[in-house]
Amino acid sequence: MSQSTPDSTFDVASLVEDVSLKRIGQYVLVILFIGFFLSPLQTGLMTAFKTNEAVARTIPLVPPSASGFTLGNLQFALNELSGAFFNSLFMAIPATIGSVLFGSMAAYGLTMVRWRGQTAVLMLFLVGIFLPYQAVLVPLARFWNNIFPLASMLAPAFGALPVLEPYHSNLVPLMITHIAYGIPICTILFRSYYQSLPGSLVEAAKIDGASLSKIYRRVLLPISKPMFGVVFIYQFTQIYNEFLFAFTLITGSDTPEAVVTLILPAVGASTSGVDFGIRMSASFLAAIPTLLIYVAFAEQFAKGLQTEGGA
Amino acid sequence: MGTHETKETTTQSSEEVGWETKLRYFLNSDFVRSSPFWGIPLVIMGIAVYGGMGFNIAISLTDARGLTPPDYSNLDLDMYGQVLGSEAFLTAAQNNLVLLVVFTTICLFLGLFLAILLDQGIRYNNTVQTIYLLPMSLSFVITAQMWLWMFNTNNGLLNIIVTTLGFQPVQWIGNPGIALGSVIFALIWQFSGYTMVVYLAGLRSLPDDQFEAARVDGASTIKTYLRIIVPQMKEASVSAAVVLMVFALKAFTFLYSLTGRYRPPNGTDILATLMVREAFKFGKWAYAASIATYLLILALGVIAPYLYYQYRQGSL
Repeated sequence: MSQSTPDSTFDVASLVEDVSLKRIGQYVLVILFIGFFLSPLQTGLMTAFKTNEAVARTIPLVPPSASGFTLGNLQFALNELSGAFFNSLFMAIPATIGSVLFGSMAAYGLTMVRWRGQTAVLMLFLVGIFLPYQAVLVPLARFWNNIFPLASMLAPAFGALPVLEPYHSNLVPLMITHIAYGIPICTILFRSYYQSLPGSLVEAAKIDGASLSKIYRRVLLPISKPMFGVVFIYQFTQIYNEFLFAFTLITGSDTPEAVVTLILPAVGASTSGVDFGIRMSASFLAAIPTLLIYVAFAEQFAKGLQTEGGA
Repeated sequence: MGTHETKETTTQSSEEVGWETKLRYFLNSDFVRSSPFWGIPLVIMGIAVYGGMGFNIAISLTDARGLTPPDYSNLDLDMYGQVLGSEAFLTAAQNNLVLLVVFTTICLFLGLFLAILLDQGIRYNNTVQTIYLLPMSLSFVITAQMWLWMFNTNNGLLNIIVTTLGFQPVQWIGNPGIALGSVIFALIWQFSGYTMVVYLAGLRSLPDDQFEAARVDGASTIKTYLRIIVPQMKEASVSAAVVLMVFALKAFTFLYSLTGRYRPPNGTDILATLMVREAFKFGKWAYAASIATYLLILALGVIAPYLYYQYRQGSL
């Protein structure tokens, strides 16, 4: 509806005019909900910088006092997570690129040309988004461990490469798994975009005698840059945040190839309970990549989510 | 698909056309020429998703457990019966149902409410939307840690609020009676921004004149929304509900992360957590695989009507 006001314009005159009981009520509600959505984050962030004593004595929401402030938690957490950060990015970036590329290709073949049975094939992709991953976990573990032990086959090659350790080869099956299971959602995201493009665009190129792959490279790829942005942001967030596949394919949070989400539930825990200062520091460190992306590209992220629902 | 297409080209070309021509015709069809684009992703995804599902069902028919490989020579539905007869399965299924209904319903209503609120010409509404959606950008592993701290019995923010108001501190996830409710509350925090965004897209795609017309007729804002706007949000509601329900069925990560252990906190076991525990803690592969099949059937029960609805709407 037209009622949305531009975000940046701000003038006092219209603000004063705006004051009515209903308006005030609306803003009170908006602010209450801001509190609702931000309080767990604020609580965590403040706790991340508090000494154990300050954590026990102060209200979680308020910033630490000078004597209760510490960077020790953060330092400890960074130490625990640094290797896992590398693992997560090493796995998530190629997995994102792979699934996004395959998704865009599939969507092209399923929207830009017409053939019989297309709807049925599309259904297969669509259902693939919603199926619970639990239904493939046992086979997945069997496949990568017993039937096709790719990780151990690759280990020597990885050891020969600079920077990489042999244990990084354990991340390759996880990477491939994410590519395969990411294809359905990426396809549907791209499909909704390609459908919104004018059909004449491709028709004209076809009449000029361009081959399908030429049309894809010369016409479609250049104009779908914004959609690549959306899908890339959405998919990277999903893969980086994912836990279940990592949990299935990488055994144990104490192994050197563990990704960030796998390590986090154990950081700061001891027999006496959870050290929340350390735990919250680790949580925010783990959240940094997706938080940065989200704050910079909130609109694209929202767009990805909207399309997922409308799939 | 391939056979269909072959038949079509065969019937189209008449008797006197040689097979070379037919072949050339077929090879030049859009089906063949576009197949590298959709075919490769289809094969990769098909093996992973559908092959994986088939493999899962095959394992569920064996008695595989522990380190011995599954024996496919002796297949039966034994495990499905064992699973159905177990107390743990029935409890988990019941929790799943509660989670599904309560979580989905509240998320939809809260999301609709937030969307309407932000659509009232609120200043900085984009910034506010970004804040409301912020939890969706975080991993369940991370948000579970934050809520563990919020729910902490001694120093957690929720109990500080409760005791300030003069009540006794509450064991949010320590008490089996309210643990599931607490989990649902945290999940609503994470997901209501998502439903809001879906509804906002719906609201913004509506033409303005309906709202104006209702205004002119003297309808109040609330009436306008209830009678005119909300009924048109049906499509947004359906698609958001499907995403939420499917999530509610497979919500494993949040529950696992709350404790960092296989068993979720007091009485919040659902099928997804039960399945992973049986498989990866106890190595009961066939047993776990049949729980997974039940979960799959439940998910299909949500997805199939949705796809049929979409198909009928012509939006496929």
